[in-house]
Order: sequence, then C-alpha cells, then structure tokens
Amino acid sequence: MWSTVFPYLLSGISVGGQYALIAIGYTMVYGILRLINFAHGDVFMVSGIIMVYLCASGIPLYICIPLVLVLTAFIGFLIERAAYKPLRSAPRMSVMISAIGVSYTLQNLVLYITGGLNQIYPTIPWISNSVTILGATTKMVTVITPFLTIFLVFVLVFLINRTKIGMAMRAVSKDFETSQLMGIKINSVISITFVIGSFLAGVGSILYFTNYTTVIQTSGAMPGLKAFVAAVFGGIGSIPGAVVGAFIIGIMENIIKGLDVILFKAGLIAKPLGLATFSDAFTFALLIIILIVKPTGLFGEKTTDKV
Amino acid sequence: MKQFVSDRKSRTPAILSFAVIALFYVLVFIAEQHLPSTSMLFTVLKKGATYALVAVSMNLLNGFTGIFSLGQAGFMLIGAYTYAIFTIPLDQRAAVYQYFQGGAVQFSVPVPVALIFAGLAAAFFAFLIGLPVLRLKSDYLAIATLGFAEIIRAIFQWNQLGPITNGSNMLRMFPNFNDFNIRNDAGEVTVYLSTTIPFVISGVCIALIVLLIHSGYGRAFKAIRDDEIAAEAMGINLAHHKQLAFSISSFFAGVGGAMLAMYQTTVQAKSFTSAMTYEILLIVVIGGVGSVTGSVFSSFLFVACSEWWLRFLDEKQMIGTFEVPLLRNGFRLVVFSVIIMIVVLFFRRGIMGTKELPDLFRRKTKEGIK
Repeated sequence: MWSTVFPYLLSGISVGGQYALIAIGYTMVYGILRLINFAHGDVFMVSGIIMVYLCASGIPLYICIPLVLVLTAFIGFLIERAAYKPLRSAPRMSVMISAIGVSYTLQNLVLYITGGLNQIYPTIPWISNSVTILGATTKMVTVITPFLTIFLVFVLVFLINRTKIGMAMRAVSKDFETSQLMGIKINSVISITFVIGSFLAGVGSILYFTNYTTVIQTSGAMPGLKAFVAAVFGGIGSIPGAVVGAFIIGIMENIIKGLDVILFKAGLIAKPLGLATFSDAFTFALLIIILIVKPTGLFGEKTTDKV
Repeated sequence: MKQFVSDRKSRTPAILSFAVIALFYVLVFIAEQHLPSTSMLFTVLKKGATYALVAVSMNLLNGFTGIFSLGQAGFMLIGAYTYAIFTIPLDQRAAVYQYFQGGAVQFSVPVPVALIFAGLAAAFFAFLIGLPVLRLKSDYLAIATLGFAEIIRAIFQWNQLGPITNGSNMLRMFPNFNDFNIRNDAGEVTVYLSTTIPFVISGVCIALIVLLIHSGYGRAFKAIRDDEIAAEAMGINLAHHKQLAFSISSFFAGVGGAMLAMYQTTVQAKSFTSAMTYEILLIVVIGGVGSVTGSVFSSFLFVACSEWWLRFLDEKQMIGTFEVPLLRNGFRLVVFSVIIMIVVLFFRRGIMGTKELPDLFRRKTKEGIK
C-alpha cells in the first residue's frame, strides 16, 4: 500500500513546492494591489522559454541560471510599469482585464517566437539525476524542491518582518493611501513586490520544467491558476498560507492522479474509473468549497466591507 | 411604446436603427445568394454572429449587472454538448459513439428544440452553481466561475460518462449551418440560408436581451451594478436578481455554444478553455463594457481581424524586392494583442463606451441638453 502511494506523495510534495513559489507572487501582489495578476503564470512560462533560448545560444549554465532569474524579475517589473501602473486609479476590474490582456500578449508573443512548438528544457546536471528514496525512483529536483522552497520562504518572511522595505510592504497592504501619506514611495514598493514575485516564479520555473522537460506557450496557464487557488486556499495575502495551500493542493492533485491505481491495488474498485481526469478539476472544486465555507482561507484575516 | 413617448426623445433614432439593422440583414441575404459560399466573408459573418451572441450574454452579466463572471466557456460547452447530443441523427449514432456502443441517448429532436434545450441546460447548471458562487464578491467570483468552467470541462471528458458525452472523443455528424440551405431534389442548393439563419438566431436572442435590459429587471440589474448596497436599500432582492441575471446570461451563452458547435461542425470538450472566455471578455472590453451594440460590433471586428484582415501578417510579404521583416506564422496574434493592450490601457471605454446604436443617430447638440 505504502509503496503505491509513496511515489505520488513524493511528486505531490515536489509540485507543491513549485506551486508555492508561484503562489507567493500571487499572494504578495494581491495583498498590496488587490489584483489577481493573471499574467503571473505566463511570467513563469516565459522564464522557462528564456532558459531554453539562453542555453541554446551556448551560454554556460552557471551564467544562464542567474541570468534567467534576473530577466524574469525584470519582466515582472516591466509588466507592472507598462500595464498596471497607468491604471492605478482605475476600477479594480480594469486592472484585472489588463492582466488578462498581458497574459494573452505574452502567450501570443511566445507562440510567435517558438512557432508554437514544444521546446525541450535544457537538462541541468545534478538536479536532473535520478535518485531512489525508500524504494521510489525520482529526479533529484523532487527532493530538493521542498527544502529550497522552505528556505526561500524563510528568507522572504525575514525580509518582510525585519527590514525597512518589508515594513513598507506591510504598511501598503494594510492601507494604500495612509502609507502614501506617511512618506512611503508606493510605486517602488509595488515594483519590488513584482520583482520578488517574479524572481520566485523564475526559481519555480527552473524546478518545474526540469521535472516536466517541455515548455509551450500555454504551459504557464494551469500551474498559474493552481498556484492562485493555493494562495486563496491559504488565505490570500498570507505567505505561510500560500505555501501550506500549495503543498496541500500539490499533494492532493497527485494522489488523485494515482487514485485509480491506489484504489485498485487496495481492492476497493474492480476496474479503473478514469478518475485522473479530475486532478485539475479537484483543485477548483476545493477552491469553490473553501470560498463558501471560509472565504478568507486558512490563515487569512477577516475583512469587512465599508459602505 | 409609452416609455418612448414619455421620454420626450425623438423616435427617429430608434426607427433609423431598426432600418439599418434590417438593411444589413437584407444585404447579408443577398450577398449569400450571389457570392461564392466559400468566401472568407461568410466564415467571418457566421463566427461573428456566434461570438456576438456570446459577447452580449457576457456583457449582460459583466456590463449590466456588474457580476464579473469568467465561466462563459463552461456554459458554452454545456450548450454545445446538449445541442450535439440531441441532434445527431439516429443512424449516425453508432458511428459517432463507436467506443460506447452507440451511446445512451437514442432519439433526436429538431434543431430549434435542441437550441432551446442547449440554453436551458446551461441555465440550469448556472442556477445550481449560482446558489453558492454568487454570494462571492468581484474577483473571488471571477476565479470561482473560472474554476467552475474547468470542472465542467473535466466532467465532460470523463470516460464513465462516455455513453452520453462520448468521453474525450469528439461529437460530430449533427446538423450544422450548411444544413440550413434549401436544396432541391437533385441536392443542389436553391436558396442559401447558411449565413442568414445564424444571423436570425443570434438576432432574436440579442433582441430578447435588449428587451430584458430595458425592462424593470434590467433597471434593477443596473442598480445592482452601480451600487449593491444602495440597490438593496431600494428594495431590490440582490440574491434573486443576481441569480436571474446569471441564469439568463448562461442561457444565451448556451445557445451561443450550440451555434459554435454548428459553426465548427464538431465539438470537443478540450477546446472550451479559459482562453476562450478571455477572448470573449476582450471582445466585450473592446466594444465597451455596458454597450450591446459595442459587443456586436467588436465581435465582428475581432473575428474579421483574427480570421481574415490580419492574415497577411502571417505570411511572407514582398514589397518589390524587399522582404518585409518579422512576418511569419503567429505575428498576426502579436499585433492583435498589442492592439488589445492599447485599447485596454488607453481607450478604456472601448469603441462604444455605453452608447447604443440609436445614440449614434442623435445629434451631438441634443446630447448636451439630455
């Protein structure tokens, strides 16, 4: 029984870690701008594409990886400046539509550049190696992901709780206008939020695509949506919440992928039911349930609407 | 009619608008009889009519009721499947449902009935999902409806439902737009109707939506859009009206989905992605959130640009001996998305803002007085 479940659990934890890195970007941006950054999943995908092209151009890997992260962070910064900043005083829906527009643009741009073909992600030595843990064979990246994620989250939480810029971020997310009156340069705080979010998405993309090996213009959409669900599940605006939510969703999703096999081996069902079809749908069902039962998520703060 | 008189507005603009629309229909009909039916124009008109209906139905929610829903693709999927399942001719069912012993549904209904079924099925699902989801606010509602569309997509691809939905295989052989052409005994087409009929279906549905918007319900919807709390204080039952708007919008999205099925001649659940919803949302935004005319205009514009007018950007072009750089497959979409971003960022009111067709015939000077 354990030997059947364990591989799914393992890849669940790994995918969960990768979702967590994307989810942090969503939750931070939402915390500050009250905006679902629909383009975030696509930034994650573009980061993968940049990696493919940089490596193909012959730049050695130890330069490639930092360069990809810097470029991804820069793209995040650029998107905020170009598409969200002009709409700062516009209704929230306009900004959200703009985010959808950016997502559409990025996907089409990548479609144009790649010709719509699957791009093979470069193999990164060591983390692509196979390892065997407790009888399950997997890639090294699966093992590293959770630890790296936890480490990055600790750094981030330290940044937010202990530094001046972190304090500014917390102030802005509490009250946009008051913090402006207190002399916080709101635009630079927002830019930094986007830079951090995109940087983490870049890290997530390296880990994710090392596991899945191909990148195409639509490969950011699903992980993006799921990471967003994770952020909502954990309580949007809360970083630990997003991480916990992402791990739960990653694990559940992979367990459902293997549910047919698991139930079959346990003797509960006589023939496969094709339940793997629901691995994506489950995430959204979870979202709807959590929104109805506890709209603020696991760790979210309660807010009330003012008239 | 009373309303028109008491408004003290001239009725001429309304009559002129009717005349323009009627003229347009006549032109479409005449064009269809005389131009070759393979012309790109008809592809654009058919798909445009379909998208116009879906866009208007989305506008009813997003623009007139202020419910930001992103579930349109899901409701279209339900409509398309319902239509297909009920109209595949009996003798073709064995071929279509080849992996499921001919399927579970063993009867067919006429096309108009199936269209209404498609709408009702979508509205029914909307009613069910609306019960919990409509309590949510703005972006939470958006993401929940988006999630709902994804769930629907998964359910329709589930193998266990194969006898009804054909699993992840496509449904085909159902009547499509070309079956509206009237043929003589020899099988030659005598009257071309394959573009006119979609126009009629779409036109009737949009007219119904316009009537709804101008009714007491429509005014209640607009009140909810402008200020929920104030609307509630005025005695509008929020839950009831939101549910109503959501179900009606989904009804028409379902009919639109059925039309899309006819246009494509095949249906497959995996093509109804959130990207489709985004496309329709962008159409609504380009046309002007809160303008039916705008949505219709921009649907045709959007379809014409993406299917026809910007096609040249996808192929190599020579000016004399100079080869224009950048032009290759996919460039059209890049240009297109840049245009969309410009509209979203700098022309936030879209083509029409909140104006409608009759407003275009009113003189500028009168607007000041109004």
